[in-house]
Amino acid sequence: MSEAKIHVEEHRDDEASKLGMWLFIFTELLLFGGLFLVYSIYRAEYPDNFREGSLELSVTIGAVNTIALLFSSMTIAMALTAMQKNNKKLAIQMIAVTLFMALVFLVNKYFEWGHKIEAGLYPGSTLMSLLDRGHLLYFSLYFFMTGLHALHIIIGMVLLFICLFKVRNETIHNQKYVLLENSALYWHLVDLIWIFLFPLMYLIS
Amino acid sequence: MANNTSHTTEYRVLGKILLLLMFLTFLTISVTSYDLGAFTVTIALLIAGVKAFMVMSYFMHLKHENLLLRILVAMIFVLFAVIVLITFIDYAYR
Repeated sequence: MSEAKIHVEEHRDDEASKLGMWLFIFTELLLFGGLFLVYSIYRAEYPDNFREGSLELSVTIGAVNTIALLFSSMTIAMALTAMQKNNKKLAIQMIAVTLFMALVFLVNKYFEWGHKIEAGLYPGSTLMSLLDRGHLLYFSLYFFMTGLHALHIIIGMVLLFICLFKVRNETIHNQKYVLLENSALYWHLVDLIWIFLFPLMYLIS
Repeated sequence: MANNTSHTTEYRVLGKILLLLMFLTFLTISVTSYDLGAFTVTIALLIAGVKAFMVMSYFMHLKHENLLLRILVAMIFVLFAVIVLITFIDYAYR
């Protein structure tokens, strides 16, 4: 008997991984889509209250956060380009910049929410229960939608941290970077949702 | 090998897209500071739509993805538009 030649090939299909990530992104889009639908119905029903509510938010904080997210979206796309061009150092730097921008966003959010909570405005507070229906709906949606979005930021940061370490120890490399690619897609989704949240919550007044 | 077929977007292109997105953000802020009535919402959503399209086409590489994925993404937005339309019709005529 001659020796059997065993050829071990790694089981992986990057194309399918990416399609899977997109399917997950679709569920996320519909999750936030449902919330935007609730927002638009109640906005149509209580236009004045929603207008007054959005005047309570700081456009400056919202704008700074928008720029932070847009910038981080570009840097994570650059990290992927760097990985494809086999530039490990630049990829690590770009992921680090993305994480820093995410932190800027969260710190901003902390002060924004902290200010509201100090003033007694948070879900379940006495002040909130005394508001009339339109205001109550606006602020409930504000806290729920920006809160859910912030949760996505935190999950995205965890994913990017994992990518950062994997690029460093070369588990993610020039020939195998689908994890970085999928994490980047998730990060762009977070940016995509904020593109709609910002004008609807902060600007239309 | 079917792996690593992803398109590489040049840094320069990504930078240009960011500049465009920043410009559109400032445009939204300045447009919504004027009272244009019902048009304010329409304009803000239109600009947001353009921004979302740019992010998906260039940052998320959809411009260079295969046709199946592009159709799937388009269908999700069509589905959402149908849901919105049906819900609003329901609210308007109940």
